[in-house]
Amino acid sequence: MSHWIIVPIVLPAMMAPFIVLALRHDLLLQRVFSLAAAAALLAVAIGLVASASGGTPEVYKLGNWPAPFGIVLVLDRLSALMVLLTAILAVVVVVYTISSNWDKRGRHFHALFQFQLMGVNGAFLTGDVFNLFVFFEVLLIASYGLMLHGGGAERVRAGVQYVVVNLAGSTLFLVAVGTIYAVTGTLNMADLAVKVPLVPEGDQALLRVGGLLLLVVFAVKAALVPIHFWLPGTYANAPAPVAALFAIMTKVGAYSIIRVFTLAFGGNAGEDAWLAADWLLPAALVTLIVGNVGVLGARGMTRLICFALVGSMGTLLTGVALFTPAATAAALFYLIHSTFAAAALFLINDQIVERRGSAGDRLATAPRFADAGLLAGLFFLGAIGIAGMPPLTGFLGKLMVMDAARDSESMATIWTVMLVTSLITIVGFARAGSVVFWKSTAIPGAADAQRRLPGLPIAAASVMVAGMVALAVFAGPVTGYLEATSAALYDPAAYISTVLGPERLAQQ
Amino acid sequence: MEFLVASGVGVMTAAGTYLLLRGRTFPVIIGLALLSYAINVFLFATGRLVIDQPPIISESATGYTDPLPQALVLTAIVISFGMTAVIVVLALRAYLESGTDAVDIDEPADAETATATDPAKDHARTPRGVA
Repeated sequence: MSHWIIVPIVLPAMMAPFIVLALRHDLLLQRVFSLAAAAALLAVAIGLVASASGGTPEVYKLGNWPAPFGIVLVLDRLSALMVLLTAILAVVVVVYTISSNWDKRGRHFHALFQFQLMGVNGAFLTGDVFNLFVFFEVLLIASYGLMLHGGGAERVRAGVQYVVVNLAGSTLFLVAVGTIYAVTGTLNMADLAVKVPLVPEGDQALLRVGGLLLLVVFAVKAALVPIHFWLPGTYANAPAPVAALFAIMTKVGAYSIIRVFTLAFGGNAGEDAWLAADWLLPAALVTLIVGNVGVLGARGMTRLICFALVGSMGTLLTGVALFTPAATAAALFYLIHSTFAAAALFLINDQIVERRGSAGDRLATAPRFADAGLLAGLFFLGAIGIAGMPPLTGFLGKLMVMDAARDSESMATIWTVMLVTSLITIVGFARAGSVVFWKSTAIPGAADAQRRLPGLPIAAASVMVAGMVALAVFAGPVTGYLEATSAALYDPAAYISTVLGPERLAQQ
Repeated sequence: MEFLVASGVGVMTAAGTYLLLRGRTFPVIIGLALLSYAINVFLFATGRLVIDQPPIISESATGYTDPLPQALVLTAIVISFGMTAVIVVLALRAYLESGTDAVDIDEPADAETATATDPAKDHARTPRGVA
């Protein structure tokens, strides 16, 4: 039993109180420790991916209680990949925050940031549905603090709305967990996979209610229509580095859907097999449409990116909703891409807004600002990425999802929606780019905030763009890893026998 | 007893949902609190309702009551208590900063048009004492 599995949770969990208690008066030390913790997390995450790529899932029994009686953490290819993605994003966001002085605009940014990482990593690693709830709450309560970082009336009011939506979501989560426990008598995911097929006829309806409520809860996190409405308001009002970090939060929802609905309600679940598929596909397609139409209708740059993020969740969940190994591999590829693209756009946009002065993030012409050429180039790359144009990964990801949809009954619908919405996104971004960058060059004078700003934040944002380029270059090996990941998701015997021991699997 | 517990959960959920949909933060918070009470009772009942039984298998007792939901309820109570505290502070701050306790967010531009076209609506949003 490798103790490294729990490090991504324990490290931020220790670092956060340390920063609050010992370093709260010294911003420099906070920055040093926060960056060091993020870098250490990245190193551990790389190690975990290397260890998981062997193919055998590893289980960590907390307190050494055997599952399903104790709580377990499970490391397989999927959770290792998600932890690595979080760690990469964390390092970039910490560097960006430090170099752009966002952490000076309020207090305790770094401590809250570490708590957020703890919650996100915990949600990816846990093998227990109730524990997933607890880690959701940890990441949410940290996100409330981060979202309000810096204060201001608009932000606080957006924050109230965000908190209320998520508290209602947490309540639903508990209803779902309670219902599933009442029917199956277990909350361990591997144990659920064994027990769900054995549920008697009379309890099937109740189990389905529980399962679908769980889908609703994850859909709130993943910003799926019709429960996406909290996202644009929240992300547009959140500080930019926090919005970039939140790019991984929607993925927590997507991850949970993939995990629970392939393991517990997957192919072996008897009458409940692929419970989520019928509901997820239409919702994902509508999300695509709503998100991308929102791109066209947005009046501010930040909101434009928020709606593009909603649209990209639509593409991602379309891939998930097909519930075939190829489609899931494609969805996971798109998941990595969408995280990079959204984070890159949020950070680049923040730099643009800083430099435009009083014009802020409005989609209106304004005098030329500093570094306009460089930022326009980066924004262009980010836009190409999220709209799904070649040569970046958005194109590859969309192509893979569409290719995987070829055998589906709803292929015509999926292709039409994806292609038309891609066009809409391109139009939306082209309009925004031409107003902010091109037409603005014709206006004489300089932006009133025309002052030298440090270049390091731009460099941090470019790392995310470089991530997309690297992902496109190394698409071959990455796809190999993802195909193995999704093959394991659709044949969960190894996962179940690792968690419960080989005997329990044999009973099934 | 089943009827009593079930209708208790039902009534609290209904009242909580109604209050949650109100336009001001105070009823919304009360609504969330009611919902979390309803959920706590609901979770408690997921281990089946049993009277006078120990939460452990014992030879001296005829049966047992499931201890796990009780542990889950305890966790849920702690979390919902913390969350309620957070949202109370947040709502108070939002009220003090913006001078209104309405939940929905107006864009600055929208707020101007709303004032221009519908002064009555805007007036209704302003709490007593602040206007």
